[in-house]
Amino acid sequence: MIEAILDPFRYEFFVKGVVVATLAGALCGLIGVYIVLRGMSYIGHGLSHAIFGGFAASSIISFNYYLGAGVWGLASALAINRVTRSRRIGADAAIGVITTASFALGVALLTIFGNKGPSFDAALFGSIIGVSVVDVWVLAGVMVLTVGVVITNYRALLFATFDPEVADVSGVRVARTDALLMLVLSLAILSTLTVIGVTLVAATLVTPAVIARMLTDRFARMLRLSTTIGAACGFVGMNLSYHLDVPSGTTIVLTSAVLFAVVLVTTGGRRLQRTSRLAAPANRPLRPAVDTR
Amino acid sequence: MTSSQIGGGAGVLVEVTDASFGYSTELVLQDINLTVRPHDFIGVVGPSGSGKTSLLRLLLGTIRPQHGTVTRRPGVAVAYVPQLETVNWNFPVTVAECVLMARGGRNLPWPTRHERTEVARVLDRLRIQDLADRHIRELSGGQQQRMFIARALLRRPQLLLMDEPTTGVDVTSRHDMLHLLGELNAEGVAIMLTTHDLNGVAAHVPVLVALQRTVIARGTPHEVITPAVLERTFGAPMDVLEHLGMPVVLDNYHNHRSATRAPA
Repeated sequence: MIEAILDPFRYEFFVKGVVVATLAGALCGLIGVYIVLRGMSYIGHGLSHAIFGGFAASSIISFNYYLGAGVWGLASALAINRVTRSRRIGADAAIGVITTASFALGVALLTIFGNKGPSFDAALFGSIIGVSVVDVWVLAGVMVLTVGVVITNYRALLFATFDPEVADVSGVRVARTDALLMLVLSLAILSTLTVIGVTLVAATLVTPAVIARMLTDRFARMLRLSTTIGAACGFVGMNLSYHLDVPSGTTIVLTSAVLFAVVLVTTGGRRLQRTSRLAAPANRPLRPAVDTR
Repeated sequence: MTSSQIGGGAGVLVEVTDASFGYSTELVLQDINLTVRPHDFIGVVGPSGSGKTSLLRLLLGTIRPQHGTVTRRPGVAVAYVPQLETVNWNFPVTVAECVLMARGGRNLPWPTRHERTEVARVLDRLRIQDLADRHIRELSGGQQQRMFIARALLRRPQLLLMDEPTTGVDVTSRHDMLHLLGELNAEGVAIMLTTHDLNGVAAHVPVLVALQRTVIARGTPHEVITPAVLERTFGAPMDVLEHLGMPVVLDNYHNHRSATRAPA
């Protein structure tokens, strides 16, 4: 039994895959806390689809995948954040149109011109085999950057997430803080795309954070728990991926879903109420129509 | 009555001159003239949609007037207490963590000893030091309001702006809070709050501004809480009685029905 579990660790590709999946889970778990508490889960979903357009475009013109999809993703993230904050049009509708159009464009481009970069299926559902040494280093770099951003901007990120209007008049540069969060979110999605996949990355952002929220009422503890849960789901999910021969994104997401169900049952469901107003944009104060900064 | 006649002390904290503002094509504030001085304690009264919150945002500087000017004294410290219902009370923070958000400058997760001492000071000042480690959802409406005032006081403001602080709190908590605000005002903090609660503020707030898109009246409770001003402000006839030397507003349902049924 133990031999069977340890068997895949003989292969270098699997070790790389496990490292990347664990890091990816931790990274998405960490950022997911802010995404969930801001009621922006749909943005994570939309952004991953938007990035796929950049992935396809950079693949076709043989441009660096990380740079091309990164610029595309960051531009999409900033546009989505602006639409969400301004509320001039229905944000969910706008995000749905923009990001699915970008995703559809990506599919169309790859169908017409063929794929020259990472595999199409890997980009959609994640893959162990798609992991390169570069992927490991890029993800490690993004993880270090994100932890650095979270620590050095802890109060600003917390205040802008809890109460952006009061934060704005209390000396927090909310627009800059939002942009910074969108930057690390796009980098996180970009760097985890090959192992988790476009269609499933939103779940890795949301599920660990929701589980953590059910387990604690403290923000700092929620950050630590969500990161740990994300890492654990990444590790277990990647092992299951090997043994079940199922795409890694699928097993990682299913692992976190099972953990969610276990926590839900063991806490009697009452703790789920804590998340009831997490995705509550109607309860968040309106951002100023005119920013004086 | 002009704004220059109200409020003691030298200088002006914020001055609004002929200011108008709208979120789309419709103006929510029109030709506003208002001055806030050190030691002022002003209650802005008006119905929902009369522009009370927009007026606070104008003073805060988070919105700009489309016409006119808003001039804030350079370096003036302004703090803001939002409406309770705008906040996600399931957010995973304790009372102390919520207050700590307003500590200036440093962004690191670990507050300094001085910052922790300051938080203890304001919680003690607001008499909620025993609640420091409680989750914010576990507080009553009055305690939530006190927590937000504590967060505002951490910035040692010269001007405190509060949006509907009497909404969602019981009568005793409302009385205690308005009394507390009176104490803060006596210590030198200028305060402007918005409210629907005419009788609550009449007994505690020395200066009222009746707002219905523009300033209908400004003065003492006796000067503002009159049937004529209230009808212009709220669009319905209201009776005003005198009780223990203070004006008391009665909701005159019969007159209101008669007025709404009267031919144009």
